[in-house]
Amino acid sequence: MSHLDAVPLWAAIPAALLILLGSGLTLLGALGLARLRSFYDRLHAPALATSWGTLSLVLASVILFSTLEQRPVVHDLLIGFFVMVTTPVTMMLLGRAALHRDRAERSAAVPPASLAEPEEPSRR
Amino acid sequence: MSRLVPYPLLVVGLVLMWLILTRFSLGHLLLGTGIAVVAGWAMGALEPERPRLRRWSAIPVLMGIVAWDILRSNVAVARLVLSEGRGARRSGFLRVPLRLRHPSALAVLAIIVTATPGTAWVEYDADTGVLLLHVFDLVDEAGWRDLIQNRYEARLLEIFG
Repeated sequence: MSHLDAVPLWAAIPAALLILLGSGLTLLGALGLARLRSFYDRLHAPALATSWGTLSLVLASVILFSTLEQRPVVHDLLIGFFVMVTTPVTMMLLGRAALHRDRAERSAAVPPASLAEPEEPSRR
Repeated sequence: MSRLVPYPLLVVGLVLMWLILTRFSLGHLLLGTGIAVVAGWAMGALEPERPRLRRWSAIPVLMGIVAWDILRSNVAVARLVLSEGRGARRSGFLRVPLRLRHPSALAVLAIIVTATPGTAWVEYDADTGVLLLHVFDLVDEAGWRDLIQNRYEARLLEIFG
């Protein structure tokens, strides 16, 4: 922890607030993942952690290391960028897999695959 | 020029990323440019459909709107998660017909929808152009449809032409 003593107060306070916010959002995302009942509801909870949760942690890291190293350290922002760009891949994969299984089991909770006649779900 | 650098945006982005990850110096600029150009050729071998950006000026506007919406829906979803079990929250599926057809534009829309807590992209039918979303707090179906179609899709159509 000794190298953190070099961080001036004006940088330490916003960084600490951002870390609290980011970890709080991540915790809430995890809480939602544990508490929400349906699979599709649970798809939404991690978005808290991957959007502003990640961003505030990354911003805190940028502030801390830029002041520590006396030069702009911005490579952390790439983490935020790639997390944002790559999460849709996993989310779609999970969402479509769940939808496929629910449709195969003829669950009434999911909309039918045929988009041509949305009023008439097939009764086979 | 276009045969040497088939994807100028990609190459510029990669050079920038190289410089950010290392240090700003002439040697790294040259090395990064070399690697980026080779990566551009590799991308060219995949032959993706080239996005044609029509209106650059609309990009920062869209980014600002999306950042604000992500912040707002973070607050909304965080509150809903905390009050789970007490409120009368109703989630459900929503069909949104899209006019967007360009794969890159759809990819950007998917990033926006996924990054915004409260909406999840479930399925897109390329034949009919209908997007199936799952919405965490589906109180106002028309409002959500309006959000996707007018707030995001209209601007993406403007950008990608």
